[in-house]
This record gives sequence, structure tokens and C-alpha cells, in this order.
Amino acid sequence: MTCKDFLKELTDYLDDALDTRTRSELEEHLQWCHNCYVICNTTKKTIEIYRDSTLYELPDDLRGRLRSAIMTKCRAKKPSTSGA
Amino acid sequence: MGAIQKVNEPAPLTEEMVLVTAAKAGDVGAFEELVRRYDRNVFRIAQHITQNREDAEDVVQDAFLKAYENLPQFQMQSKFYTWLVRIAVNEALMKLRRRRPERMVSLDEEVRTEEDSMPREIADWSPNPEQQYNQAELKDILGKTIQGLPPGFRTVFVLRDVEGLSTEETAEALNLSIPAVKSRLLRARLQLRERLNKYFKARKGGESTK
Repeated sequence: MTCKDFLKELTDYLDDALDTRTRSELEEHLQWCHNCYVICNTTKKTIEIYRDSTLYELPDDLRGRLRSAIMTKCRAKKPSTSGA
Repeated sequence: MGAIQKVNEPAPLTEEMVLVTAAKAGDVGAFEELVRRYDRNVFRIAQHITQNREDAEDVVQDAFLKAYENLPQFQMQSKFYTWLVRIAVNEALMKLRRRRPERMVSLDEEVRTEEDSMPREIADWSPNPEQQYNQAELKDILGKTIQGLPPGFRTVFVLRDVEGLSTEETAEALNLSIPAVKSRLLRARLQLRERLNKYFKARKGGESTK
């Protein structure tokens, strides 16, 4: 397996969506290829950092205002079968 | 012979389906519960795509209102949330197009070649790189970094990796094929990793690597 092959499979590897054989081929590659090992680890960390971040959280006061505006408009118009 | 899939067997009613059914029948309170359930997600997705707070607020309102108006057309063959995300992504892309009329904004665009996603800098990161920064600095870094990705890439990344939709749900929400989702996701992940390197790579001997 080349580094290019490894990169092609990286997303499925990180998502645990590979068959056992391909997975073990990738893991064997990781044993000796330090560059791919680093790329794999730092890509995984990239995902974790974004997943765990509080980026773009909806503040409570804004949340309340938005919901109230949405519900006022919804109450004003019942859903119709004719569509929007 | 192995198990045969029973295609006609109705799926068990989830709590979400109960709410959607009630909302379809005119129960506004049930719809409000759906808003409560998903407003944070829709806001996060909208802000990731538009990169603009006011636009994201508009998208939240417009997406839920559109979903409410179109409830009679929702066939309940997919999850309500996936359907809602699809509406929200379309609203957000429309905002982006209005704000940047000079640039084509589409989920279909192949903005960069494969080579642009190939790792250039290979440096290990310190064990907990995010702890080198305080919350505000970290948010700033993550926001600026994802902003640099083409809209089609950051949309796939946020749905799959931040909101946790499956590849299939992401494909359905964005009207893309599964291979297209996987290809964009790989490139988005690799480009983000590359861009985060300058902030997170391990420092040698206590010296700054900048």
C-alpha cells in the first residue's frame, strides 16, 4: 500500500467503515510510515476539536427571540396542502 | 436462506414521528417542540455556511417557517431532521449567493483539484493542542480556519463531522451521491488539518514554531 492509497481510504478508516482486510492493510502501513501516522492522528484530532468546540452556539436570549418569531408566524398561517 | 428483509413492515413510530404527525394535523405546540429540538443545530449549520450571524438568524426563521408550510408535503420516508437540514442548507446557500453574487456558490462545484488537498506539511501536534489557547482564541482559530474552505466542503464537513449525520443522510440532505460526499469530506478534513498545523504543531524546545 502506498501513501496515496492510504490517503484515499483515510476517511473510511476514521469512520470505521472499512472491511477487515483493507483495515489491516492500512494499519500495517501505519506501523512503518511515520508521515501517514502523523496525518492520520492530526486529521482525527481536527475532527475531534471541531466536534467538541462550542463554535456558533446559539445564545439563550437569541434562541428565545427566534423561537418566538417563528411560532408567531406559524400561528398566523396554518400549513396548507397547496404548498408554499 | 438468510433473513429476508420485510420491506412492507412499518417502522416503529419514533418520538420525532409522533411530533411530526401531530404537527401535520395542525398541532402548533408539537411543531414548537421540533423547533426546540433542532434550532441549535440549524443555527450552527447556517452560520457555518453563511459565515454571517444575521444571515444565520434569518436562515433559522426561514427554514423552520418553510418546513412548517410544507409539512403536508413531507412524506415521512426520511427523518424530519434530514428534511429540515436540506431546507436549511438551501436557504443558507441562497443567502451566500445573494451576498457574493460575483462568485458561483454551489455544492456541485469542484473548486479545487485533488492536489490541493494533498498534505504539504507533516508535523505532529502536541498532545492536547487546543489547550494552548483559551476558549475565545480557540473559537477564533476554528472559525477563521473553516471559513477558508469552499462552501461545498465546509457544508459536508459540518453535517458529517460536527452534526454527526451519516454519510447517507448527508448525501440525502445535500442531494449529492455518496462518493461525492466522501470525496468532499476527505478533502475538507485534509485541508482543515493542513490549515490548523500552524496553530497546533508541536513546539520544539519551548520555541514558537510560528
